[in-house]
Amino acid sequence: MREGLTGSRIRERRVMAGVKQAELAQQSGISASYLNLIEHNRRRIGGKLLLNIAHALGVEPQALTEGAEAALIAALREAAEDAGLMGPESDRADEFAGRFPGWAKVLATSQRRIDALEQTVEALSDRLAHDPQLATSMHELLSTAAAIRSTASILAETDSLQPEWRDRFHANIHEDSRRLSDSAQALVTYFDNAAETREVAHSPQAEVEAFLAAHDYRFDPLEQARAPQEAIAALVEQADALKTKAAQHIATGVLQQIARDAAALPLARLERTVEETGHDPAELARRLDQPMGRVLRRLASLPDLGAGLVVCDRSGSVTFAKSIEGFTVPRFGACCPLWPLFAVQGQPGLVVKSRVMQMGRGQALFEAIATCEVQAAAAYNTPPLSQSVMLLLPVPSGAAPAQPVGATCRICPVEGCRARREPSILRDGI
Amino acid sequence: MSKLVVLVEDEVNIAEAIRFLLGQEGWRVETLANGSGAVEVIRKASPDLVMLDVMLPGKSGFEILDELRGDPAMETLPVLMLTARGQSRDRAMAEKAGVSRFMTKPFSNSEMLDAVRDLIAS
Repeated sequence: MREGLTGSRIRERRVMAGVKQAELAQQSGISASYLNLIEHNRRRIGGKLLLNIAHALGVEPQALTEGAEAALIAALREAAEDAGLMGPESDRADEFAGRFPGWAKVLATSQRRIDALEQTVEALSDRLAHDPQLATSMHELLSTAAAIRSTASILAETDSLQPEWRDRFHANIHEDSRRLSDSAQALVTYFDNAAETREVAHSPQAEVEAFLAAHDYRFDPLEQARAPQEAIAALVEQADALKTKAAQHIATGVLQQIARDAAALPLARLERTVEETGHDPAELARRLDQPMGRVLRRLASLPDLGAGLVVCDRSGSVTFAKSIEGFTVPRFGACCPLWPLFAVQGQPGLVVKSRVMQMGRGQALFEAIATCEVQAAAAYNTPPLSQSVMLLLPVPSGAAPAQPVGATCRICPVEGCRARREPSILRDGI
Repeated sequence: MSKLVVLVEDEVNIAEAIRFLLGQEGWRVETLANGSGAVEVIRKASPDLVMLDVMLPGKSGFEILDELRGDPAMETLPVLMLTARGQSRDRAMAEKAGVSRFMTKPFSNSEMLDAVRDLIAS
């Protein structure tokens, strides 16, 4: 089934629009025979030419690329699964997306929004059930209300109340009413502060990734900063993308790492060495006398390399992701355990180099280089924390065979995988 | 001789209101604002009824109830529990610990008095 490939997409769109091959080729500035090779998926296409062809066909470039298509169909399948769609139609997500791309997108966007909202609801109900501050405020409010209610009804219902008692109860009500308004105020303030959660359409990690992407993962102010902490605080404060406190916290951590890396290995020095020796990380680590993790992180911020980067902590939770087309890091849910990133966990100093291909429509190849590094010891006799770093370098397709890996089990088509945690929703492959 | 109730409640104004209401009904009311010495005081006073708040400084109402029920002399002592957290979890915990009756704040005075009369009558 090759209909999902970019070339086939272009051909399909061109035929649908009633445009001749020669016509489209001319508008895109290439020969008709070259376009023919592209349409039959015999030449890779990307960059400027893809944009030109998309423009000539009047479609979004993403509509022609594999990655977006795969994500769209995965989201449609997820929606069908959640709604319990059965029968022959459930297998026709491809066809639906092909015939009604607009409607398909609407459905997929809704599905993603539902996922994000479900997360928010979960977080909020967690908070209602377990937040000690809220529990205390509620307790205070109810206790004061109870005192006022009892006292007020004594005043209202007791005939011939002695003046001493009456004065005492009046004073108590006066005092409690002030307490009641204070605790009501405290609750309002609490919910006002909590309101920022409501605006969040997705996770703090997503906010951080948007913030980093807006800077191209490069922070020149940190490269020669004499007072990096001030520079970091300024960057975080000025960032519109970082709406939640959680995102600001995560971003600060990421920037502190960048500042430490920059102080030890300035980008200018790395760039010079890359020009001399190429970008093989092991060679660079040796020549520059730098730890592998740092070299991998620094390489990820070289724009020419177009590399992706994933960092996880000792629990395997992804703490940083610079995405690269063709390699999906799931935003919700756990990642594929077959990634080299996880193979190095718990073996500090080991560097794994492995060619991987994430299964799906795109099937792009990557050179993955991963290592595990120990973070500075906190004290004597304390088990160290560690993190693992994986750099993903794009490799031209058709290169040597690669180990198939997934993104996350739910959308992974690999059959009979020994690492599978839950069944895939892509029943017949993608 | 008039009946005696020990009231363990850290909200002084609630305690005062209850003291007044029960006083009018002819009760003697001994109040305590702290949970830690409550069991000892109750044991010495051997009251006809105990009213217990759940959230108390020193020792929680549940712990106090548990200790009372562990003492054969106080196994059947009527205990009315008051809580500002009306969650079913609290109610279940109280029932498991052997509470005689459970009330959530805020309650009306007549509800409270009815509960007290019921407990003494039974």
